[in-house]
This record gives sequence, C-alpha cells and structure tokens, in this order.
Amino acid sequence: MSERPIVVAEGITKRFGDIVALDDVDLCIEPGMIYGLLGPNGAGKTTLIRVLTTLLRPEAGRAEVAGVDVLTDPQEARRHLGLAGQFAAVDDYLTGRENVEMVGRLYGLDAREAKRRTAEILERIGLADAADRTVRTYSGGMQRRLDLAASMVGEPQVLFLDEPTTGIDPKSRIDIWLLIQDLIARGTTILLTTQYLDEADRLADRLAVIDHGKVISEGTADELKDRLGGAVIEVSVGDDVRPQVLEALRSVCGEEPKIDPVNGSVTVAAPDGPRSLTRVVLALDEAGIVPDDIGLRKPTLDDVFLALTGHVAEEITVATEMSPGNRKRRGFAFGRSER
Amino acid sequence: MTTMASPLRAARDTSVIVRRNLLRNVRLPQLLVFATVQPVMFLLLFNYVFGGAIGRAIPPAAGGEYINWLIPGLLIQVAAFGAGQTALGLTEDLSKGVIDRFRSLPMARSAVLAGRTFADVIRNGAVITLMLVVGFLIGFRWQTNILGMVGGLAVAMAFSFSMSWVMALIGLTVKNPEAVQSAVFIPVFPLVFASSVFVPTETMPSWLRAFADNQPVTAMTNAIRGLVLGEGALPVGHTVAGDVLTALAWAAGILVVFVPLAVRAYRRIT
Repeated sequence: MSERPIVVAEGITKRFGDIVALDDVDLCIEPGMIYGLLGPNGAGKTTLIRVLTTLLRPEAGRAEVAGVDVLTDPQEARRHLGLAGQFAAVDDYLTGRENVEMVGRLYGLDAREAKRRTAEILERIGLADAADRTVRTYSGGMQRRLDLAASMVGEPQVLFLDEPTTGIDPKSRIDIWLLIQDLIARGTTILLTTQYLDEADRLADRLAVIDHGKVISEGTADELKDRLGGAVIEVSVGDDVRPQVLEALRSVCGEEPKIDPVNGSVTVAAPDGPRSLTRVVLALDEAGIVPDDIGLRKPTLDDVFLALTGHVAEEITVATEMSPGNRKRRGFAFGRSER
Repeated sequence: MTTMASPLRAARDTSVIVRRNLLRNVRLPQLLVFATVQPVMFLLLFNYVFGGAIGRAIPPAAGGEYINWLIPGLLIQVAAFGAGQTALGLTEDLSKGVIDRFRSLPMARSAVLAGRTFADVIRNGAVITLMLVVGFLIGFRWQTNILGMVGGLAVAMAFSFSMSWVMALIGLTVKNPEAVQSAVFIPVFPLVFASSVFVPTETMPSWLRAFADNQPVTAMTNAIRGLVLGEGALPVGHTVAGDVLTALAWAAGILVVFVPLAVRAYRRIT
C-alpha cells in the first residue's frame, strides 16, 4: 500500500476570466516525502494548493488526497489534510494555546484530546513558554510556527504549506525548516510551495517547477540540475560587449545562453565541461574581449529555473534586496503590514 | 476521529466559533467601550440638543419626556449599527486567511456564519444594555412594567440578529475590510433616520412618510415603544400586539431572505 501515491492531480485546469491559472496540471506524490512546488509569484502554485485543499473547484481534472477524491468528497478529504496558508491565520487576541485547541476542536477532537495534542505540539515547536500569551505579542516567525502547529493538530496525513517561510527572518526560516524535517520523520507527507530556490534545494525530495500554470519540469533537485548538463559557464561582462559574448557562447556550446536580469551575467550549459570553458576563453580572446569574470561551476536551481522559464524567480530579487524588517507580504494589498 | 451526528456537530462547531469571536471582545474591552460610546453620544446629543424642541411633538404616553420616546428608537439604532460588526469581522477573517483555514477543516460548513452572527448578537446585547443603563441614569423610565422592558430588549435583539445576516452578505460580497466600513452604513443610515426612531413620522412629507411607516426600523421601534410606553405611544389605530407581530414578521422575513443569500455567498468564496 505504501506505493500508492498519497496526492494525485490529473489534468487540473483552472481559469480566472481570461487568465489560465492552471493548465492541465498533473502531480503524483508518494507518501512520506517533501514535495516542492517551485515557481515565481503568479505561477499558479497557490491556486494548485487551493484546489488540493478543497478551497477551489477547477474547471477540469480530478484530484485525490489520501485516497479521497477532493472534488466529490471534500468533507472526507479535509479530515486527512492540513493547510498553512501564506498568512499566519491565527487570532491575535487568543493565546497560542487557544488558537491551536480551537483548530483541534474543529477537526472533531474532544476537548481533552485537543488539549493534550495542543500541549504536545506547542512543546515540540518551541512555543510552550509563550503558549498562554496572546498572539499579538508574538513575533512574525512565532506566528508562522503557531500557524504550522494549528495545521498539524488534526494529525493530517498530508500537510500543505503555502510559502511557509515567505516574509520571515532568516533565523525563523531555519526553525521552520527543522520543523518540516521533524514532521517528515514522523511520516507526514508535505507539499510545500516556495519561491526560494535554496529552500527547495534543501528541503524537497522531489520538485515540480511551475510557470504560467504549467508544470514545466519535474524530478529531484539533482535530476533537474543534471538536465542542464554537468556544468555551466558563467561570464560577467559589460553591456557594450554582451552581444559578442552571447554570439561566442552560442557558437562554442551550441546552446542559447541566458542573461541573468539581476546582475547581467551570461550563463550557458557547458556540454564538454572544462574543454568548453577553454574554447570559450579562446574565442573571447580572439575577439579581443576581456570579461570581468568567467568560470565553470555546478548548475544551481537558479540555473535550472532560468533555463526552463527564461526568467529568474522574480520575487527572489525582491527578497534579497529587502531586509526582513521591511519586507512586505502580499497581504499588504489589503492594507495590512507585517508586524 | 469520531464521527458525530451532523446537527450535534454543527452546534458544537458553532459554539467553538462563538467562543472564539466573543473572546476577542473580552481580551480587547476597548472594542466594547468604543462600540458603546457612539450610541451614548447619540443619546446625549439627541436628548439634550433636540429633546426640547422635539419633546413638544411627541405623544403624552412618553410621560412628557423626550428620553422616554428616544430610548426605544436608540435600542434599534444600536442594533442596526452594531450588526455592522458582522461584516467587519468576516472581512477581517477573509483577509487574514482565517476563513480559508476554516474552509479547509472538516467542520460543519454552517458554523462559521452561525458562530459569527450568534457572537455578534450577544455582543450587541451587551452594548444595548450598557446604553440602556446610561439612559436610566439620565432619566429614562419605562411607563408599563419590567416585562414590557424585557420584551422590548428581545425585539431589539431579534432585529440585531436578522441585520447581522444582512451584514454577513455585505461583508462576504465587499470582502475588503476598509471598504466594508463605509458599505455597512449604506443600508443603515436611511433606515434609521427615515423612521420613527427620533421623531414621529406624522411630520414628514407624505412620500417620505410612506417609506418611513413601512420599513423595518420603524416597525421595530414602534413595537418597543408599545411594549415600554404603552399603546398611547403608537400611531393612531396601532395596537401593541399588532406592532410586535409586525416587528417579528420583519425579523423573520429578513432572515428568510438573507440567510440563504449569505450562505450562498460563503459557499462561493474562492
């Protein structure tokens, strides 16, 4: 039985007016793994999570969670899933304990069992000391952890985490990573979305890269990197000579080079590894071009992303430019800034 | 996990949500205080600024005191304004993702709206009572008996509950917490001012009077006046029992129309 996938999506299509948010998406997740949905803002990650957690009905396709069809029997499916959305959906004026207990009760637990599990989970996520304080005294990271605790209290077989670390400080981010790894050790299956390539690389057993509502690549992080070949050449040059560099890379490597919109550097898969690099260097020298920097390196998920989508994960640039203190979440559109 | 009979489960889930919504008022008593300040301001302003002039036009059943005439109307005004809290609370929960969390849980689907409206009617009951106390302090006295007063409060609560469902529909339709703050006043202002809350409708122009005499706020206000001041406070030809029935029919009618609409709007949230 363990071979049976625990999350299945087949041909999921969802439109919002003229916009195709999900375009014939298939997904198959084995029990006990961390599955990452990687894609830029607006790629359709959240829409897919909303379909799988019964919040949104697609126009076409079918989906299963823990063997239950989410479209025909959503109420049964809800017993087996937990959701932690992009916002910490916790009540400011309740204590941490009250928040988690409430969700436990709404999962159908009796009062005693809800209390018992709440105490255990708060201990596990390191909020036991703050359990009886109202949530408005919590930091942003604590609120996200509490939100995660609430999604776990029903002991669901599958946890859906929508950008669990967006908008929180680096220390809290690592805390949440550890929590996620702890959950996996206990046999929970996790589907998480992220815009952070390092997060996907570090946590996810398998990844689907999603862009414009389509799954454009799927596999382990290593498989995705291998598809780029064993190595990439990265060249930093000034704007004036970039066209010639592109031309040289194209003719030597036989692949279309990509320009990183953030720092302007040019990368291309190196089919013959170091020999490709040697040829590129010779070609540039012949053309009289002296690059600011040139090197051969292992591909990263950034390269995978750039190669697959033709653009970098947009929000990554935003995230690294802004300090955690002034980073804004999407909730700001509602006039709500992060505490 | 145990499976419970569905009505029992719905009642239990509703009580969990009621508790959650009421705790907010307990933890942040300022909410209740400020919710009471506004109606008390209305009470003081109308009583002392307009009371002298309007007092001459009110029926003698009010005992010659405008405050006695005003309080039954203000109970309904508070009920109507207080119901706006339902719309605000729902939009806040929507924007914070709390509604998403609830919708992803195996809880009774009806519990979110029922829990919200029940909690709000309890909260509004507290605000109405606080205002009544202030009314007493500045001279309000019922002219019938304590049962009439209790009946009057019950009518106000029934109205508050039915209006909460109207506000639930507004909240779920408007969705944005800031926009909804203005949206809730759109139905409430004309209903409250073009009514018998502050003045008898007899002095209004005939087109306005036609509206004022046939809308729920006037029906509710008249019912409470009949209950606490007696039949003499009602327009000619009205009876206390008749006006109470009309008021309850309005409350029931509002619920029959707006509960299904609000539930449908809740189901359609995406």
